[in-house]
Amino acid sequence: MEMKPLSGKRRAYDRILRFLLYFCAALTCALLIFVIGYIFIRGLPHITWEFLSTSPSYINDTIGILPNIVNTVYLVLVTLLITLPLGVGAAVYLTEYAKNQRLVSAIEFATETLTGIPSIIFGLVGMLFFCQLLGLQASLLAGSLTLVIVTIPTIIRTTQESLKTVPQSYREGALGLGAGKWHMIRTVVLPSSIDGIVTGCILAIGRIVGESAALLFTAGMGMSLNNFFASPDNFIHSSGASLTVALYVYARERAEFDVAFAIAAILMLLTLIINLAAKLVGKRLRKKQG
Amino acid sequence: MNAVFFICGFIAIVFVLFISIYLIVSGLPAIREIGLVDFLFGTEWASTASEPSFGILPFILTSIYGTCGAIILGVPVGFMTAVFLAKVASPRLAGIVRPAVDLLAGIPSVVYGLIGMMVLVPAVREAFTLPDGASLFCAIIVLAIMILPSIISVSETALKAVPPEYEEASLALGATHIETVFRVSVPAASSGIAAAVVLGIGRAIGEAMAIMMVAGNVANMPGLFKSVRFLTTAVASEMAYASGLQRQALYSIALVLFVFIMIINVILNTVLKKKEA
Repeated sequence: MEMKPLSGKRRAYDRILRFLLYFCAALTCALLIFVIGYIFIRGLPHITWEFLSTSPSYINDTIGILPNIVNTVYLVLVTLLITLPLGVGAAVYLTEYAKNQRLVSAIEFATETLTGIPSIIFGLVGMLFFCQLLGLQASLLAGSLTLVIVTIPTIIRTTQESLKTVPQSYREGALGLGAGKWHMIRTVVLPSSIDGIVTGCILAIGRIVGESAALLFTAGMGMSLNNFFASPDNFIHSSGASLTVALYVYARERAEFDVAFAIAAILMLLTLIINLAAKLVGKRLRKKQG
Repeated sequence: MNAVFFICGFIAIVFVLFISIYLIVSGLPAIREIGLVDFLFGTEWASTASEPSFGILPFILTSIYGTCGAIILGVPVGFMTAVFLAKVASPRLAGIVRPAVDLLAGIPSVVYGLIGMMVLVPAVREAFTLPDGASLFCAIIVLAIMILPSIISVSETALKAVPPEYEEASLALGATHIETVFRVSVPAASSGIAAAVVLGIGRAIGEAMAIMMVAGNVANMPGLFKSVRFLTTAVASEMAYASGLQRQALYSIALVLFVFIMIINVILNTVLKKKEA
């Protein structure tokens, strides 16, 4: 059969669309390179050991972000401590216990809904409930509790995905040997899905580190160092700005742009690390799934 | 143990109900006092004036315009990038672009806000010789960039799920690769791509911090180069000092935002469900 060359119109269609595809992909990458490059160029020179290891001081007129780093770490730890058992428990219920399919889809719908709710709404409800009704004021505990609601869908979803990949024969084997259901879950099912749970944790950490709108009115904007070991009371009553909130405050309210860029550079580094970690664990998970 | 897991299982439902009820209970009093029509369709927001007026039409319209603008700019770029990743790029090239998209998704919104504030706003002021560059226009561009990753990843997944038989049949009939992609794969993945767009709308309408830093934050009726306030930023910007009816009105704004989000959620779920059926 003789091959006819493409008509001019078809060739133009092909060329134009192909060009647009490459152009848009390049644009997306260029945006990322610009954002990362700009933040690093403006921010990295201002990161010094003193900047990282001191509190802001009005007397010396210096700015340090140690309190914000500490606050962010506290927020991550306390939030995970609460959200992890709850989220994993919910996923275990959904995959191992629930028999009523309509109930399962209702819970899944609720999880989807939670994912779609904007952070500012979480922040508002968190402020109304934890800070005002429970009397926590703007504090790290209120911030953490709000973040539990923000992160729980992530933990539920990733854990559920990995629980589903545990072969049914493992469960049958354990039950056949006489293990109780809880014993079976604890010793067989959860250990085999640890990768998924770890992925969920990493994603949740990413969400917590990047979160700002939900924290603005719950954890507040406190910039002084809270020593939580000295008095747990600090945790309940003193407000503390996370890195993101500090960035916002320095950029918007104090016009300290060098500080803002330095914090942004740190946040970018954290984002890079978290992304890399998630990718590595994800790769392991996929390898196991075959 | 069963009871513990049972309780955990319900936690998501409890949270959603809790948030809904809390927002309704705290949002309704101000609406009742101001009047639903005056509140939703009043064109003037002067919460601190001696005779305050609480009309949130400027915020609603700004949110709608801003979201539409972000979709108009973001969807074509995101869609094309998704097609590129799913159908055209070599595995090596996709291996570079895909992590870039993931990274774009992970960048905190305040970082986007900072860049917008320091780069985009001055640039817009120079380019259009405005007294102040902070405007709806800047917000639209920042939003468009912020919704790119979700549009790309959801559309890419949908495009990859198209059965290869469809494409092979089209190629066998003599269509070129690009023709096959756009006339066969894309229509077959249309519901997934629609879901990506709806997801992008949800993201754009709910974003607060980045917008707060670039949109200027004045309660004007929307105009492309005017300083504007979105539903989200209206809540955030006055919350720190508001009291009384003004504070309650902010809860009502959050309720309106929540209603928007729930509508989008329901649409998203029906679009996704249709795909599965």
